[in-house]
Amino acid sequence: MATLFQGVGAVTPFSASSSLDSNKLLLPSRKSLSISDSRGSIFVYRSDALNLKAATRKQDLLIPNAVATKGETSTSAKSGHELLLFEALHEGLEEEMERDPRVCVMGEDVGHYGGSYKVTKGLAEKYGDLRVLDTPIAENSFTGMGIGAAMTGLRPIVEGMNMGFLLLAFNQISNNCGMLHYTSGGQFTIPIVIRGPGGVGRQLGAEHSQRLESYFQSIPGIQMVACSTPYNAKGLMKAAIRSENPVILFEHVLLYNLKERIPDEEYVLSLEEAEMVRPGEHITILTYSRMRYHVMQAAKTLVNKGYDPEVIDIRSLKPFDLYTIGCSVKKTHRVLIVEECMRTGGIGASLTAAITENFHDYLDAPIVCLSSQDVPTPYAGTLEEWTVVQPAQIVSAVEQLCQ
Amino acid sequence: MALSRSGSNLLKPISPFFSCAPSILSRSISSSNDSITVETSIPFTAHNCEPPSRSVTTSAAELRSFFRDMALMRRMEIAADSLYKAKLIRGFCHLYDGQEAVAVGMEAAITRKDCIITAYRDHCTFLSRGGNLVEVFAELMGRRAGMSNGKGGSMHFYRKEGGFYGGHGIVGAQVPLGCGLAFAQKYSKDENVTFAMYGDGAANQGQLFEALNIAALWDLPAILVCENNHYGMGTAEWRAAKSPAYYKRGDYVPGLKVDGMDAFAVKQACKFAKEHALKNGPIILEMDTYRYHGHSMSDPGSTYRTRDEISGVRQERDPIERIRKLLLSHEISTETELKDIEKEVRKEVDNAISKAKESEMPDPSELFTNVYVKGFGVEAYGADRKELRATLP
Repeated sequence: MATLFQGVGAVTPFSASSSLDSNKLLLPSRKSLSISDSRGSIFVYRSDALNLKAATRKQDLLIPNAVATKGETSTSAKSGHELLLFEALHEGLEEEMERDPRVCVMGEDVGHYGGSYKVTKGLAEKYGDLRVLDTPIAENSFTGMGIGAAMTGLRPIVEGMNMGFLLLAFNQISNNCGMLHYTSGGQFTIPIVIRGPGGVGRQLGAEHSQRLESYFQSIPGIQMVACSTPYNAKGLMKAAIRSENPVILFEHVLLYNLKERIPDEEYVLSLEEAEMVRPGEHITILTYSRMRYHVMQAAKTLVNKGYDPEVIDIRSLKPFDLYTIGCSVKKTHRVLIVEECMRTGGIGASLTAAITENFHDYLDAPIVCLSSQDVPTPYAGTLEEWTVVQPAQIVSAVEQLCQ
Repeated sequence: MALSRSGSNLLKPISPFFSCAPSILSRSISSSNDSITVETSIPFTAHNCEPPSRSVTTSAAELRSFFRDMALMRRMEIAADSLYKAKLIRGFCHLYDGQEAVAVGMEAAITRKDCIITAYRDHCTFLSRGGNLVEVFAELMGRRAGMSNGKGGSMHFYRKEGGFYGGHGIVGAQVPLGCGLAFAQKYSKDENVTFAMYGDGAANQGQLFEALNIAALWDLPAILVCENNHYGMGTAEWRAAKSPAYYKRGDYVPGLKVDGMDAFAVKQACKFAKEHALKNGPIILEMDTYRYHGHSMSDPGSTYRTRDEISGVRQERDPIERIRKLLLSHEISTETELKDIEKEVRKEVDNAISKAKESEMPDPSELFTNVYVKGFGVEAYGADRKELRATLP
């Protein structure tokens, strides 16, 4: 009963690991890790995040399993290769296209142009126009076509140039993508991946800065994941393509240039699993996508102030990985949710409800949910900054919760 | 012997017809394998292409099978009507009677590897793609023996082995899906085509033109079939479309207007369209047809059209009557034989209904099945309501 959950392929223990700073290596033997131990260790490599605010930010390191790898982390060989997040997505996509001839990509400017965020660069030259399809600007119909192709067994990846444009295809995504497996009594599976960048960017204006996770989350039959690092971007992309269910993969416009070292070996992450970014004792902070970086920045400040936050990147927005979250809540008894979604009906709202329903007895304080404001994203830089959650707000929320 | 007809004239009196002669005599005149040439009721009207010829070759066996299939479909729809009034079928029920020729004629021209996708008036198309009556009635009544396990209903009939992709409730949304099916066929290079069917109401949907543009651009073997029964629910076509010449609305895409009440015209047109689509990309077929019932069972069908119109079409253009007259005039069957077939069909439908009634309702646990596919061998954690509750160590 302890392991309801077997991590798949992804979490092969990496021997010659990585650029782990030995001075940051904390000693293990915390009970909280027993769950992740049995799944194999999950390494989060140090990644030099893009200069999002004024300072460069580094992720804190995950405590590896002392028994398995303590002796081996001191090797000097740096395995793996460094790349940017969009390149990681590209790699994952290319590997899957190589592996399975049924995988094809359709979207605006994905072919000859190479993709507006270069995720599909070079693929059209390599695989031809029939596998990497430049569509006209007709989201409703090309998403519908992707779903129709998926009904026959092809595995299309539909790229929305911006997730906001997929609102035009909402009917296809909700009714056909989500429901066909059910209404046909299981006859048809829709192994489609719908992906694209979303979220608040740099003064892109209201219509290009939408957070659509909340709109899609109620659709029965689809899975939603959000990637945040090159490592999980590649893993989730591959998992989404291999999944038999329709998956919506949310990327973020501002995260495409994150650099990280990822393993050379092939790995696939599990779609329903959350990622433990930083174990801690005092409070559980749940986050995803870009807010992970704001949280980690706030975590630095909090550590200096003496708090020990546990940060979990939930990654899977539908369904929630309540197992990881539950274990964390049982340990810390306080929950803070930091998200970029809107307050009303957002992912945080559902998560709050789910945690309260399931783990009410373990909570010492009400769940606090920090979301972006319920406004269309303004153009002015200062206003835009205040639309999303800032590290300072996270710090004060933690302080308040931990009183 | 070719039989010529013109649209508005009734059939000329037929040649010697032995109603009480033993069947052998009638048989000797035309055996099942002889090919018969029939002319379609009216010539085809073409847009941007050469229309096919009016002469269609068929055989006695095919004529008989057309008659039987259409009689079965007609009987099935009428039975569904009574079941609905008896409140055994709930919700929406859109009946196809009057339009049977389209389903039957199309099926005669293609193989099961070709795909058909249609909207919610799908009972008969499902049947023509190899479905059976028990599945139909069970699904309509929401029982487990239905083809979608009772979870789809009237508007969600599917048959994967038969190449029938549904069964869709939202008007027009099936056309991009159909072009996607055509794309997959082109991708796997298997020389099959897709018939994406829609109605005159859906013909004004934007996504149709978007999909048509993409299909024409990428040369997809997609055939868009507009079943024009002249009424989009309660709105006549001239009140909804500035240009009701639906076969011309593809502009650069060729189109063909077909008499949808004549199964042979439909067959000829579909054959022509299949050849065309495999060579030259998409084509639009407009089937000029008519539905006797209202839009659905909640619509009496007489508030926006006169009863005279309905009975007029029934007298002059009914698809089953057309085949019946052909059968009689070619002396392939006698009047009594045809009546026997109808009785047989009626009994078949009644048996299917009673068998379907025996099937039970789906189990409550079925509420959560088929929402997701479990993949990867990983416990698909949280995908089912039951697994959402975490067990802590």
